[in-house]
Amino acid sequence: MTLDTLLGTRGMLPRLAGGIALCALLSCSAQAQEKPPIKIGVIAEAQAVAGSSIPGAAQIAADEINAAGGVDGRKIEVITYDNHSSAADSVRAFQRAVSEDKVNAVIASYISEVVLALEPWAGRLKTVLITPGAASDVITANIAKDYKNNKYTFHGYLTSTNIARLVCQAAKDLLVDNLKFKTAVIMSEDAAWTTPLDASYQACLPEIGIKVLDHIRVSPDTTDFTPIFNKIEGQKPDVIITGISHVGTQPTVQWKNKQVPIPMFGVSSQATNSTFWKDTNGATDGVIFQAVSGPGVAVTPKTLPFVEAFQKRFGNIPSYAGYTSYDDVYMIADAIKRAGSTDSDKIVEAMENTDYVGTIGRVQFLGKDTPNPHALKIGQGAITGLMLQWQDGKQLNLWPSGEANGKMKFPSYIKVGSK
Amino acid sequence: MLGLQIIVDGFAISALYALGATGFTLIFGVSGVLNLSHGAIMVSAAVGAWALHDLLAQNAYIGATFGVVLAMIVSLVTYGVIVRPIQVSRSIREEEKEIFILTATLLWGIILQEVIAYLFTNNAKSVVPIVDGVVSVLGVRIPANEIFTAIICWLVIGLLWLLVNRTPAGKAVLAASMNPKGVTLLGIELNWIYIAVWAIYGALAGIAGVLLGMFLGVSSYSVGPLTASAFSIVVLGGLGSVTGSLIAAYVVGYIETITAYLISPAYRFIPSLLLLVVVMYVRPYGLLGRR
Repeated sequence: MTLDTLLGTRGMLPRLAGGIALCALLSCSAQAQEKPPIKIGVIAEAQAVAGSSIPGAAQIAADEINAAGGVDGRKIEVITYDNHSSAADSVRAFQRAVSEDKVNAVIASYISEVVLALEPWAGRLKTVLITPGAASDVITANIAKDYKNNKYTFHGYLTSTNIARLVCQAAKDLLVDNLKFKTAVIMSEDAAWTTPLDASYQACLPEIGIKVLDHIRVSPDTTDFTPIFNKIEGQKPDVIITGISHVGTQPTVQWKNKQVPIPMFGVSSQATNSTFWKDTNGATDGVIFQAVSGPGVAVTPKTLPFVEAFQKRFGNIPSYAGYTSYDDVYMIADAIKRAGSTDSDKIVEAMENTDYVGTIGRVQFLGKDTPNPHALKIGQGAITGLMLQWQDGKQLNLWPSGEANGKMKFPSYIKVGSK
Repeated sequence: MLGLQIIVDGFAISALYALGATGFTLIFGVSGVLNLSHGAIMVSAAVGAWALHDLLAQNAYIGATFGVVLAMIVSLVTYGVIVRPIQVSRSIREEEKEIFILTATLLWGIILQEVIAYLFTNNAKSVVPIVDGVVSVLGVRIPANEIFTAIICWLVIGLLWLLVNRTPAGKAVLAASMNPKGVTLLGIELNWIYIAVWAIYGALAGIAGVLLGMFLGVSSYSVGPLTASAFSIVVLGGLGSVTGSLIAAYVVGYIETITAYLISPAYRFIPSLLLLVVVMYVRPYGLLGRR
């Protein structure tokens, strides 16, 4: 259509202008009745079990807050973006969330590589970013290095170093004191989050009396784990200490099919999923794994009601990142309320003073003078974590003993203490 | 003991590769189609077997059969909806059809991969094994399932050989691969031969997929690597040569296993890919391919 024909269409332009004016008028009157919502962008992996719980859990929290009147009368609106497990897609989603959808804060991903790619963008676009599931210590180490630019990022899940420490604490009680284990081989996947995890394992295992015989890093593309288990078996350790998240089903199934007689203990993120028993056809029987929550374990009074709400709405149990994503929405809402503003710098200041009891424990962030600012505090009175074991299709909690609802038990092919 | 372990593991994985590549090369030999949705069809079979078992808690045989039938359906849909329309199209020039089919099957594979990921997530699944437990041979523990995998693979390859060489239908297929026009002159409907070959191919890829799901487990991420491995085995063996593919499957399977055991599992795929590059230079028509 040329300009002439456009202008020649008599009355079209004035009508267009009239329409725009009318729309503006209508939206003005709508705004007068209702305050603008607080928008939270949620960038997650829709196709991965761990990531797929993130948006749903955030929506439950938003609905609960809205049902209770919102934040100073402002509703919470959750806008979700699927990142296809890709850092590049996540960056694009983040830019769109901030520039076009005008979100006030972003909850993003369970993959460290993704969060590390988003971190500089949170600084550039001055938008609060919190991850409910990534673990790399580098995320918070970057904040210490350049607080001014990176202060917008918060780590809503445990750092790898802290996860390793919690695994060691549990190993001391369950394996050393209980089963007199003395040796271990570390088996972890080659990824950003396991570099600090492995370093921490290598430091804390000898402290609890476990000698590390070998340290094997597995490519996340590995499909056949037989050579790896073969090598580990040759070293005759008492236990395999794991650090796996991107891989899970395949090593577990092959461990069982080959009847590797050594127990697996440590981090196995996929084992935290309620579907893992079915995914592995029960091969996960006996696997012991670190978690921040477990079915039927009331870590705080908020844990079980959340699980119930999630299950009612989506028909399955949330992944570990679902719990934290739910808490993150509450923490952001709480920070905005305390800040009395949606200005990012003020939200950051308020978030730093968070003291909130969520579904995984009491959440407080480490201060800016620590080596890992904005990381979660761990330990008694904060977040202690759990040590669960798959037994006969159920995840039972073994540790800490106060919250245990089961006893450690291994399938018959595992030879405990025969070395 | 390590030697025995390498021999056994290498044999099982190579048998799986051989079965997967046989179907791939059969389709190429008969209809000239390089089907780049091969990996997706294998994964559909495994995930189908897993899902049915999961939904209905049926026995392992029903799940496995369903997986194979599903692969045959997907294979026929691939032919009917993706390949055939391009082959009969008047708006695509004859000499360009090959590249169109290559691109279309690649995209079809990606579509299937995404559908599987959305329906069943991209976490790996394992198909419940038909035989459980381990067999101890000279102190080496071998999963019984691994032996079962190798036996079934060779049984199916043997049946395929009998079908092609000893039955009239098989001979018609063989003839179609040599001289399609001659076959039509004999009054055989070429289109039915193609449909039969795609169905057979679906069954072969399906059996390979289900066995792989039992042996190692598969996820939607496996689609690309499975297509790539079948493609490189077939190119290495010589396009269209079934015997060449079988030999190439064993060469690749053993090189991978030896690398994984003696160097590192992380470098598993590199030496066989290097070999492929060398073969491309020295014998571009593959080990047993015709010039």
